[in-house]
Amino acid sequence: MLEVAGIAKRFGGLAALADASLTARAGAITALIGPNGAGKSTLFAIIAGFIAPDRGSIRFAGREILGLPAHALARLGVVRTFQTAQPFAGLTVRENIAIGCQLRARSRAEALREAAGIARQVGMAALLDQQAGALTIAARKRLELARALATGPRLLLLDEVMAGLNPAETAELIAVIRAIRDGGVTLLLTEHVMQAVTGLAEQIYVLNGGRIIAAGAPAAVLADAGVIEAYLGHGAAARLSGRETHA
Amino acid sequence: MFAFDIVLPAVLNGLATGAVYALVALGLTLIYGVLHIVNFAHGSLLMLALYGVYFLYTLLGVDPYLALPIMVPAMFALGYALQRTLIATASHGREDNILLVTLGLSIVIDNLALYLWSADTRTINPSYAYDTVDLGVAILALPKLVSSLGALLATLLLWLLIRRTDLGKAIRALARERRGAELVGIDVAHVFAMSFGIGIACVGAAACLLLPSYYAHPGVGESFVIIAFTIVVLGGMGSFPGALLGGFIIGVTESLGGLFLGENLGRIGVFALFIAILLFRPAGLFGARA
Amino acid sequence: MALPLLALAALAALPLLLRSDFWLHFAIMTLYVALLGQSWNLLGGYGGQRSFGHAAFFGTGAYAAAVLQLDLGVNPWACLALAGLAGAAAGALVGALSFRYGLRGSYFALVTLAFAEVFRILADSVPFTGAGVGLQIPLRQSAANFQFPDKAGFYAVILALTALATALAWWVEHSRFGAALVALRENEEAARALGIDVNRTKLRAIALSGGLAGLAGSFYVQYYLYIDPRLAYGVEVSVAALLVPLIGGAGTVFGPLVGALVLRALNEASSRLTGDAPGLNLVLYGALLIAILAFLPDGLVSLGARLRQALRRRAPGHA
Repeated sequence: MLEVAGIAKRFGGLAALADASLTARAGAITALIGPNGAGKSTLFAIIAGFIAPDRGSIRFAGREILGLPAHALARLGVVRTFQTAQPFAGLTVRENIAIGCQLRARSRAEALREAAGIARQVGMAALLDQQAGALTIAARKRLELARALATGPRLLLLDEVMAGLNPAETAELIAVIRAIRDGGVTLLLTEHVMQAVTGLAEQIYVLNGGRIIAAGAPAAVLADAGVIEAYLGHGAAARLSGRETHA
Repeated sequence: MFAFDIVLPAVLNGLATGAVYALVALGLTLIYGVLHIVNFAHGSLLMLALYGVYFLYTLLGVDPYLALPIMVPAMFALGYALQRTLIATASHGREDNILLVTLGLSIVIDNLALYLWSADTRTINPSYAYDTVDLGVAILALPKLVSSLGALLATLLLWLLIRRTDLGKAIRALARERRGAELVGIDVAHVFAMSFGIGIACVGAAACLLLPSYYAHPGVGESFVIIAFTIVVLGGMGSFPGALLGGFIIGVTESLGGLFLGENLGRIGVFALFIAILLFRPAGLFGARA
Repeated sequence: MALPLLALAALAALPLLLRSDFWLHFAIMTLYVALLGQSWNLLGGYGGQRSFGHAAFFGTGAYAAAVLQLDLGVNPWACLALAGLAGAAAGALVGALSFRYGLRGSYFALVTLAFAEVFRILADSVPFTGAGVGLQIPLRQSAANFQFPDKAGFYAVILALTALATALAWWVEHSRFGAALVALRENEEAARALGIDVNRTKLRAIALSGGLAGLAGSFYVQYYLYIDPRLAYGVEVSVAALLVPLIGGAGTVFGPLVGALVLRALNEASSRLTGDAPGLNLVLYGALLIAILAFLPDGLVSLGARLRQALRRRAPGHA
């Protein structure tokens, strides 16, 4: 569904991405993980059309989408959420979601009706008439997801949607996301919350220093020495395996 | 039309006027750089200061240049009070409202002046008003020369204040990183008000320097607002050298525009330049890349 | 839906009650300023793009109406429609430049101010707009010539125009276009991410807004039979355009109407009290703007809701 190849991006003197490539299989959940500053959000912003890369190509459903503006990508079915939730603060939850719905709905009235259904899908039905600006952080993130879902996407890019949730909320959201996948949406998510990654991802890419350093099924990737070192530092892999043999 | 001996004096006059414009713009750029306020009332406050200098002269016989030690502190106090009481509270700290609050303020000030002092143009006639200085290549009016030198001096003092004093450090810290400044114990409301006050003090100084070769009229504020903003945007919002250079450029643009296109149409040069900068190079000459 | 229509019918019948020219003039000016306010409201209230130079669109409509009548003999009623188009074109021009280059917030406000000034200076210098002297429409009173001997005729026209503008505001509130406009006001990036073509939406809004302002400009020319650069493109027009909706309630259907009424009433009251001293009514307007921003930022229309909220909080047994 999505083929990202050789994306590079410099911000002034800093190379945020050097040579990032990944493939998100249609109808699957792919996770992009990596330590802070690895370039995950930058890559997301590039895929969703918010930033232009210096080099590389992005193909969605077989066609090159690099260079298309964000709103055009949304119309094609490539929709992202933001790491820091960006609600339409002055509007209600219903109105927020309706903005997403109206991409495909035939009228505003229809969009507002559909919004209720989407809210139920993500478990926000009780908050429909609340002011978005007054929501808790967790609720705002849920709203981010609902709005993006409302546009009827084919590829959903979720940027750290689990951040700041307690284990119960995380489990709930995992179920919601699985249901979205079951509905036929391809998902690409970046995460720090490992519970979510292991619970959801069918394929994992690890980004570090602007490059993909590992890719594959969760079990293999998470045990990979290079990945462990990226998160825990040089020599960590050896220390960990050493401790295991001594136990 | 392009004769050197016509263009050169126009350029020199433009530079002289530009120096005072720069002083006005410096206050504006300080206010923007620190508070991120687009102070729409800046021109109106200049107009108020001009009337202040005017009345000091006509009622108390104080020479405009000697009025500096009166006007500068007075305008500083006014600026401090305005920011601390009116602007901060009415806008609820929201940047998009601050422009409107300062717009409201400018409407009040401009029209209060109209109501109190009518639309008569007020000029003063000190003994040196018509003295000139022969610079060899051109003849310049003495008041203009004095005003431009005074403006440059004021700019230097302002620069020293910002760079060398503790207050200046606090101001720069606040401009850079508000949260951090708060955390290290800087009294944000106070320093904001101080910055605004200093910005308006600049306007007070500019008024003293301007009046001998200019005039007081309720509409002066309007004319100056766009000029000041053009300079600030040209130089880069928050850049001191930018405001200075911008002042000179705008002064010369206005002067040459008036020379080639006539008084009326010549004004268009500044506005057209303003639009062009905002569209094509909003960061200005010295500002950080937007 | 019934209430507004009833109100409209009542307003239409007003000239039958208000026999005095003075009160008819008051009503006409109130509606006229409400029209101007609705035009600003579309772009600045719903869209959040606050222009400080709405006179650019108003004045272009006014001059278009005047010049087409005087130089080309176009029927003044046709000029009304053409003035609307001229205003819309001016809006599209300013918008195309400003939005394409990403100008927002204060930068947008300032650039619109600069455009209005440029237009004013051009009108002041160019012969076909009469330069500084302006243009005078010769007096030839007849309904076909859009010059009514009786103020009631003008009243009917401005009532229709303002009703149209208000209906447009209502439509904006219930359409997808309006929802997109409000969304981009709240958060442009999020709107983009949800498929809204932000620049195109803004451009549509400014064209509509400019069109309404152009209509107001044409009406002004017919009512006063005179236009000059200051009247057309001056700061007073731009300020009136934004004061009305901000005081009444920006981003609401009836805000500009309330604001217009309050401002005109204040105008009358202040000139009674001070005998037409120049500037005082504007001082009051400026003070009112600051007061509204400080205490009632959603405008006067929100007064009812705010009072209800305050009372609810005071009710005993309430948390």
